[in-house]
Amino acid sequence: MADEVQTPESDDDGTRRREFLYLATLGVGAVGAAAFAWPIIDSMNPAADVLALSSIEVDLSPIQEGQSVTVKWRGKPVFIRRRTSDEIAAARAVKAGDLVDPQPDEERVQQPEWLILVGVCTHLGCIPLGQKSGEPTGDFGGWFCPCHGSHYDTSGRIRKGPAPKNLDVPNYVFLDDSTVRIG
Amino acid sequence: MATKTEFNNPVVRWVDERLPVFTYLDHEYNQFPMPKNLNYWWNFGALASVVLVLMIVTGIMLAMQYTAHVSMAFESVERIMRDVNYGWLLRYIHMNGASMFFIVVYIHVFRGLYFGSYKAPRELLWMLGVVIILLMMATAFLGYVLPWGQMSFWGATVITNLFSAIPFVGDWIVTWLWGGFSVDNPTLNRFFALHYLMPFILFAVVGLHVVAVHITGSNNPTGVDVQSPRDTVSFHPYFTAKDSVGLVLFLFVFAAFVFFAPNYFGEPDNYIKANPLQTPPHIVPEWYFLPFYAILRAVPDNFIGAWMGFTLINAKLAGVIAMFGATIVLFFLPWLDTSKVRSARYRPVYKWFFWVFLADCLLLGYIGSQPAEGAFIWIGRAATAYYFAHFLIVFPVLGWFETPKPLPTSISEPVLKENS
Ligand code: HEM
Ligand code: FES
Repeated sequence: MADEVQTPESDDDGTRRREFLYLATLGVGAVGAAAFAWPIIDSMNPAADVLALSSIEVDLSPIQEGQSVTVKWRGKPVFIRRRTSDEIAAARAVKAGDLVDPQPDEERVQQPEWLILVGVCTHLGCIPLGQKSGEPTGDFGGWFCPCHGSHYDTSGRIRKGPAPKNLDVPNYVFLDDSTVRIG
Repeated sequence: MATKTEFNNPVVRWVDERLPVFTYLDHEYNQFPMPKNLNYWWNFGALASVVLVLMIVTGIMLAMQYTAHVSMAFESVERIMRDVNYGWLLRYIHMNGASMFFIVVYIHVFRGLYFGSYKAPRELLWMLGVVIILLMMATAFLGYVLPWGQMSFWGATVITNLFSAIPFVGDWIVTWLWGGFSVDNPTLNRFFALHYLMPFILFAVVGLHVVAVHITGSNNPTGVDVQSPRDTVSFHPYFTAKDSVGLVLFLFVFAAFVFFAPNYFGEPDNYIKANPLQTPPHIVPEWYFLPFYAILRAVPDNFIGAWMGFTLINAKLAGVIAMFGATIVLFFLPWLDTSKVRSARYRPVYKWFFWVFLADCLLLGYIGSQPAEGAFIWIGRAATAYYFAHFLIVFPVLGWFETPKPLPTSISEPVLKENS
């Protein structure tokens, strides 16, 4: 009796058709699961309010030559340093061959005097020392990360130690001579 | 579970006929045949189970008082310590319990290494054990972030930053883990949710681990298979009693820490509230991570990068791979060890390598606690190289060269010989 239910074109007791339906069901199920996975994963990404807090304005007028300040941006410290002419000269005298992550100083600043950096070591995220007077500044006169010993120069470039990259330069614009917007 | 146990109590019988949980308990924890020569090193599995339950109980009680928010977490833990009835006790048990858990489990693992418990037919049992260690590490790391002290914050920062070493997608993954641009409130919230979840996954894997050991039966100090009922005694009362003795001794040690040195394993810096703008001068992880931390830092700067001439694998990534590799290699141990003999008692050469390896792990732990400078760097590198050599060279090669001592014909034989 069961034979009569078979359709004429099935040449193998419907096994192939069953296999096809089985695979198609599995396939649709997999696509559906994958489509649902994305909202789950993406919900862990920075939320709109976190993104909304992502720019700050800083008044530069109180900062004297040779001084640094630290401001908080996106939960991280940003180093703003008003460099001395010696520091600028030192940063520009370095040959590209001596750098771990080669980048000329000119590309890292908009105005040579103002060096603006994300103050987070590119190794594993500690805050390098060198902002306050009296703190170690490392072998290259910039910053020194105590966690695993990374040395940064007066352009915030990595010169020695385990960190692979230069300190990040955030996006910023000078709104006027003494105000900068970071982010 | 071949035969059903007959119970006298009608309620028990009624339930058991419909869901044979009592038969199961009777078979696995009452009649279950255990090799009769097990020594006290076989206590540590039971001890670990007890600690897991204690962690879950104290953890749930703490969670009722804890607030997972960056501006309140630290204060809420201080409130637990000062104002909540017995809050200090719950927290100190939970805090020291994490350390006890690792001590007990590390001993349990070294027991397995000495007596060859990872060999056929117990490979899967062993691998489930490695999964348990990984889950424990994740759980302890997540938990340590919750009190939101300086070490919580900077530990979380350094460890999550490890993922930035992954080529191309690393930075994206780190932002995703954080739910922001640094370790912050979204991070703390999800870590709390995950810290609550993971112990229950751990519990399930421990369940599988225990089911697996009841399929193969326990290994024993001779490493020789059980051959007849003469080689075994029933679980109850023999091992319920033996485990209880060990448990009481262990609880003495545990209580000594909780009541007399509750902060012995901790870092004073974690009683300073997290400050995202100030890294403490010397960051160290909890003691149970120190050997792995030493391995992470052992890889020389740009050692592989310089060799290959490109930076797909830099020192950071190589260190991370080495650190995870140190645990992952344990998964392969059942096949890396080529010796047919299980127990080190009958492996005169392996016995020595075992102790050297244990010393190497302790040395790595010490190096992990020291700053990465001077001689420590070189000792750390040598100890790391030896760690991997032990698995990748010593285990495979030793099986070929070592002449084992003659094995006893049964578990009972050595005992009978000694006494005759
Ligand atoms: C595998 C078991 C577990 C381990 C290894 C573990 C580990 C830890 C560690 C190391 C801490 C930090 C302690 C400190 O320094 O203050 C902690 C804190 C905490 N854990 Fe757990 N935990 C476990 C299970 C649980 C469970 C099941 C819960 C809740 C259901 C929980 C809830 C908490 C809470 C609320 C805190 C913060 C309070 C505090 O810091 O004392 N834990 N955990
Ligand atoms: S985090 Fe700065 S050197 Fe490691």
